[in-house]
Amino acid sequence: MKDFLLIYRADYGVVANASPEEMQTRTQSWMDWIAGLAAQNKLTDRGSRLMPQGKIMKNEEIISDGPFAEIKESIMGYSVIKADSTEEAVQLSKGCPIFKVGGTVELREINAM
Amino acid sequence: MELLPHLFRTEYSKIVAVLCHSYGLDHIEIAEDIASETFLKAAEVWSSKGLPPHPTAWLYTVAKNQTKDYFKRQAIFNNRVKGMLETETSHPVEAIEFTDALIADSQLAMIFSVCHPGNAPQSQICLALQILCGFSVEEIAGTFLTGTETIKKRLHRARTTLRNNQFQIRDLTETAIQSRLDTVLKTIYLLFNEGYFSRTGNQAIRKDLCSEAVRLAVLLAEHPITNTPQVNALLALLYFQSSRLDARINDQGEAILFNQQDKSSWNQGFIDKGNHFLILACQGNQLSKYHLEAAIAYWHTTPNDTDKWQHIFYLYDQLLLIDQSPMVALNRAFVVSKLWGQDKAIQEVEQLALHDNSHYHSLLGYLYAGINTTVAISHYNTAIALSKSRMEKQTLAKAIKQLQDTR
Repeated sequence: MKDFLLIYRADYGVVANASPEEMQTRTQSWMDWIAGLAAQNKLTDRGSRLMPQGKIMKNEEIISDGPFAEIKESIMGYSVIKADSTEEAVQLSKGCPIFKVGGTVELREINAM
Repeated sequence: MELLPHLFRTEYSKIVAVLCHSYGLDHIEIAEDIASETFLKAAEVWSSKGLPPHPTAWLYTVAKNQTKDYFKRQAIFNNRVKGMLETETSHPVEAIEFTDALIADSQLAMIFSVCHPGNAPQSQICLALQILCGFSVEEIAGTFLTGTETIKKRLHRARTTLRNNQFQIRDLTETAIQSRLDTVLKTIYLLFNEGYFSRTGNQAIRKDLCSEAVRLAVLLAEHPITNTPQVNALLALLYFQSSRLDARINDQGEAILFNQQDKSSWNQGFIDKGNHFLILACQGNQLSKYHLEAAIAYWHTTPNDTDKWQHIFYLYDQLLLIDQSPMVALNRAFVVSKLWGQDKAIQEVEQLALHDNSHYHSLLGYLYAGINTTVAISHYNTAIALSKSRMEKQTLAKAIKQLQDTR
């Protein structure tokens, strides 16, 4: 079994402009999805959602506010799952709710060394 | 003399607990001897002279005197036989008064001593049944459908762990309690489940186990230092489950599936108690596995809510993230069938790939029943082969027969 980091990206503009009911439904579908992975014993870390604001440090002096809320592909959150192969990890990621809001999933095998 | 077995069940463990609380857990065998002698004497005296006006108080007085006699004999032995060579500090022979407060403290201390994290779950339950619930070795063997020798061995090992691991029973500090509370709650939970999903078809034994588990949880909830949200959540869960205890088994001792249960035979008194303790459990911001299971059980007791299965599904999602067990995963998949139909549920279950689990196959049997009878029967047969419960095997065999008849 290998661990894979899933990075969820989407457009904050789309995600933020949802009604409370839509928000509720989305939270629920995320929970369902994460729990589905846990049920199959494929979840290493449920991960977290990220706040829209943050900083980018080019070096120790040049620090700017991240334009995360404006760009179309900002990182919304992450999880870590278990799979035997990249193919299986892709298969497992097919039900991810991020696709419903036009977002993407980046899968990266974690280097255990 | 109907009263004596009943008193034995309730008072024997109290006497042992009080004596251990006063003299230390290493004297547990002596404490048990004294408690047994007390009941022997009661059987003798009560059958010739009739019942005393206050049987419980009578038992406590005799136990107190037996204890005094024991220490007197010990003192004589130490002084005359061993001589004055050993100046071992002997216990002061002060009389123990069996007050309600002392009994409550002692029982609590006993629960915490018995629930030792070093013992295997099965031994843990045996020990709890013997020491906390006053079950005989034969009764415990009946519960587990094993021989008395197996139980004796299990108890012996569990007692050795207790003895080698001097847990201070006398002054239970808050830290000691917090560190062991999880183990204590788990033992009570397992004890209840042993009754609820029992291997034995004997309804009386099952009820006894469940009510003993409730009794221990009530003890915790009533004591100020253990009255935590988690304890209340467990108690709520046990009451909700207890409310369906009669409805779950028919007169032939077979399990009745939830859908087919006669809802009018659910015990409303227990449901009310469950609600009461669930509200108490929601103080603070702790969310334990018991909270979630109690909340699921709560929804099961409310038959008419349209969103019921949606709520239950969401709770199972959260439960899975705390308790990643096959049983929780299977139960969640069952709820999928309620929300999105059999096909979706079959997909969900087959993803779990729990091929060695009897419940996995019985759930697939149930889900395939309306879709593909041959596959359904094949899963039911695998489930029968894997199951260790006689009652479950019977229920599954009946399901197969029904499928064959309608084919």
